Amino acid sequence: MQYAGIDIGSRTVELVLVDETGTILESFQEDTGFDPIAVAKTLTNKAEFDHIMATGYGRNLFEIAFEAPTVTEIKAHARGALAYFPDARVILDIGGQDSKAIALLKSGKVQKFEMNDRCAAGTGKFLEVMAKALGYEIDNFGDHALQAQDKVQVSSMCTVFAESEVTSLIAKGYDRSEIARGLHTSVVRRAIAMINRICPTGDIVFTGGVAKNPCISGVLEQETGRTILRPHDPQIVGALGAALLAKEKNQ
Amino acid sequence: MNISDRLQKIAEQNVENIEQAKAEGKSAIGFYCLFTPTELAVAANAIPLPLCGTRNDPIAKAEETLPRNLCPLIKSSFGFAVSGSCPFVEASDLLVGDTTCDGKKKMFELLNRHKKTHVLHLPSNQDSSTSLPLWRKELDKFRDVVEEQTGVTISEERLKDAIKLMNHERRARKQLMDVNKNKPAPLAGSQLIEILFKVGFLADKKKGIALMEEVAAEAAKGSLRPEEERSADRKRILLTGVPVGLGSDKVIKIVEQCGADVVVCENCTGYKQLFQIDEDKPSMDALAEQYLSTPCSVMSPNTQRLELLKEMVTEFQADGVIDLTWQACHTYNIESFTVEEFIQEECGIPTLHLETDYAESDTEQLRVRIEAYLEML
Repeated sequence: MQYAGIDIGSRTVELVLVDETGTILESFQEDTGFDPIAVAKTLTNKAEFDHIMATGYGRNLFEIAFEAPTVTEIKAHARGALAYFPDARVILDIGGQDSKAIALLKSGKVQKFEMNDRCAAGTGKFLEVMAKALGYEIDNFGDHALQAQDKVQVSSMCTVFAESEVTSLIAKGYDRSEIARGLHTSVVRRAIAMINRICPTGDIVFTGGVAKNPCISGVLEQETGRTILRPHDPQIVGALGAALLAKEKNQ
Repeated sequence: MNISDRLQKIAEQNVENIEQAKAEGKSAIGFYCLFTPTELAVAANAIPLPLCGTRNDPIAKAEETLPRNLCPLIKSSFGFAVSGSCPFVEASDLLVGDTTCDGKKKMFELLNRHKKTHVLHLPSNQDSSTSLPLWRKELDKFRDVVEEQTGVTISEERLKDAIKLMNHERRARKQLMDVNKNKPAPLAGSQLIEILFKVGFLADKKKGIALMEEVAAEAAKGSLRPEEERSADRKRILLTGVPVGLGSDKVIKIVEQCGADVVVCENCTGYKQLFQIDEDKPSMDALAEQYLSTPCSVMSPNTQRLELLKEMVTEFQADGVIDLTWQACHTYNIESFTVEEFIQEECGIPTLHLETDYAESDTEQLRVRIEAYLEML
């Protein structure tokens, strides 16, 4: 038997296949675009599986279109993170359009969670807009930020306000890498407040697309003094969790 | 006839009843908060109307005057009054508010430009030596205002009768809410809200009491819900925090869509209003004491709310507690920290704190949180 998990996020859709032992066989990723179900269809056509479970903001659409069970991103991320780090107690997930912190009990059950998703503040989308404003590619935005000698204080968290703050910082003649560093720090500060609300100590498993950004995880480690654990591919953690839950449900 | 249809019929009749009563010289007095004793209106032969705004549509109108970053309940209440779109505000000859939170008290100043608004000065704590005498004097002043408005002198005898009637209404409300101590819950949270909300507007209190007693008796015999909602496995949620009415009940609806039940509300549209006024004490003293002890987050400290919550979690066999805050409601928002800590320690269950407004824009975001919370329980 093969089990699939599909995570339909705001920016990307991931599909992960696992076998009877929970080992990852394959993973796929596409941009969500404007028709998440069409993208989901493309991905499910590429893979062969016996059972599938959906998560992410598009899970309810998927449930209707494919008559498949669903699970929230919270539970899926918790399950996926445990596959990489069995002792995980705190998970930070920063995705394209939301961010969340999850605290786990020793048993692996979700104990508490906090979410920020009413606006793009502190999410991947925020970094994307800011990278563009500074003329960087999102994929190496973090590397450029790490090269800064100094950082500029950026106080706006709202994507719209921060963009105009960036414009005025550029006008003041600041180096763009320093502004980038300031923006990264502001995202981290927001994440720390969320993490400390649910669990102020212990290692942090960092997942989601933003976990690929070396500056965010570096500053996070520096500012919290806690060990940051990053899965090999942090973007597939939700889909992996869903696949494992599909396996556990059907085995 | 099902409950909704019966309510609809009574509600339609009620608008005519109010018009008729007014034509016969009766006054109607609009209330905005649980702290104001409606007994004083009833004793003066006036119709008390609950005007706290629970719908999103008048908010745009309110934002022409009020700041956007203000609690939706305040904006909705103000919007209804200034847009003339609520028949009950229109019917009211006098509006009455309390200095509960900063937003409300400043809003009432502006509301007074549209319609005469009397504001009671509510103290911020329930101290019997300092706050109670002040509140008692505020009620004296309020009684004078009501007498002047209605032309009726509020005698002790009239007030006693009014207290008896309102105590009866509160007992009927309690009887109805207590039906859901049964497992599975015979009434859906959304049904309960609809009944309690609509009964509040009835000019004839006795009609409302009779209806609630009737529904409670029917529900106690068996479930008034469709077969598929009668599973004993449905998670039982206690809702606490800000008031909820028709139009601001999206959280209750999402909980139900996720296959769980809001069995009871602790808020001021729910269990918080179920007190009894001491009928043996001098009436004005009894009213002052009881109303001041309302366990609302505007009070500091507000430990009685915690005690009430603990009692309710046990009695209603709640699996979870959802603590709802309207955006920019600082007092409930801050108190959520204490509530979470208390419920975790005393009842051993996690709470879910939600902050939202009356708009539907964040329905899916709320759904994720609620679903994830239900997965945890």
